[in-house]
Amino acid sequence: MIRWLLWIAGGLVLGGVVHLVSIMWLPRTATQDAYARLTPVAPVNGFKLLPAPTPADSTMPFMDPAFATAVCRYDLTKGPVKLSVPVSQAYTSVTFYTRYDVAYYAVNDRSASRRAIELDLMTTKQHDDLPEDEDVTAADRLIVESPTMTGLIVARAFSPEPSLLPTATAALTGAQCRPQ
Amino acid sequence: MRLLIGLLLSFVVAGAIGLGSTWFALSSNLSFGALSLGAWKANPRSGTAGIDPYARAVIARNGELPVGTGDGIRFTASVDDSGRPLDGRCDVVIRGTTPAARYFTLTLYTPSGSLVANSLSRFGFTSQELVRDRSGDFEVVVSPRARPGNWLPTGGVERYVLVMRFYDTSLGIATRAGREAPMPTLTSSGNCT
Repeated sequence: MIRWLLWIAGGLVLGGVVHLVSIMWLPRTATQDAYARLTPVAPVNGFKLLPAPTPADSTMPFMDPAFATAVCRYDLTKGPVKLSVPVSQAYTSVTFYTRYDVAYYAVNDRSASRRAIELDLMTTKQHDDLPEDEDVTAADRLIVESPTMTGLIVARAFSPEPSLLPTATAALTGAQCRPQ
Repeated sequence: MRLLIGLLLSFVVAGAIGLGSTWFALSSNLSFGALSLGAWKANPRSGTAGIDPYARAVIARNGELPVGTGDGIRFTASVDDSGRPLDGRCDVVIRGTTPAARYFTLTLYTPSGSLVANSLSRFGFTSQELVRDRSGDFEVVVSPRARPGNWLPTGGVERYVLVMRFYDTSLGIATRAGREAPMPTLTSSGNCT
């Protein structure tokens, strides 16, 4: 009897390990995560406007219908990516996600210079390799370091009322993300 | 032989407990460091690289993208202030004021995150659209039938969730209590169709 209880106790401990491993492993095995949903839609190193969510169809769950959304699937293997998102009338934000949908950085138009949010996206190594003497300081261009080689850039433009959605969408059509 | 049966028993228990608890954690949206203000719940760390593994697993499974911390914060309510699940066949009143933010949106979703069809094509309100009283408070009636004022149609669905997103706000990881972040109340009126 004791022996069986010991086996069960061993199973419980092992169950804890199985639980932790499965939780940690899940983001890497998910086949319907946001990145997988956007892969057929969004081009590599180029922005694509997402259709507004409707009750029948939405690219991802829990999309905010008050926003126009554009997505760029970036790939830094060939070098840094230059990003420029025109600022719309009301509110514009840009959020960076890793390949596994972790939001590691986000900016809004408050930190935008002139009429667009402009920054350079690169890996830590590419950042280190930048020539030191180059007179491009942080004041001129904002540099964001990506923890992964690929990932998503999502630009969102707010429309305070439904009639302004075309304006917000129009602002995002000028968004660019391309290799330098 | 006995060893084999013992091992087998261990593995069966491990699989059932391990995967069962994972399934439970994901289906109940379990996460750590959650911020609760009345019926509204947020997970400020979800918008950072420091997102906890449970929230990460939920996001990967649902296929959504979290709101980044430099962008805003998202609050979700699936029950009213007395803990009753939100029922689309009943009237629910959202009343009060909100934390400081440049803009906010209030949106109604099915529990799986799709919008609810209705004749007005009204899926939510933005802070600009809400009609407010003299003190700046607002009142939104979430109801299957048309109401005067701010009416958010439920389409008569059985269960729904309300999501409030605040953009360009100081709300976040440092927010602890309701005093610095006054969220609107959620009251079921008991008036069901």
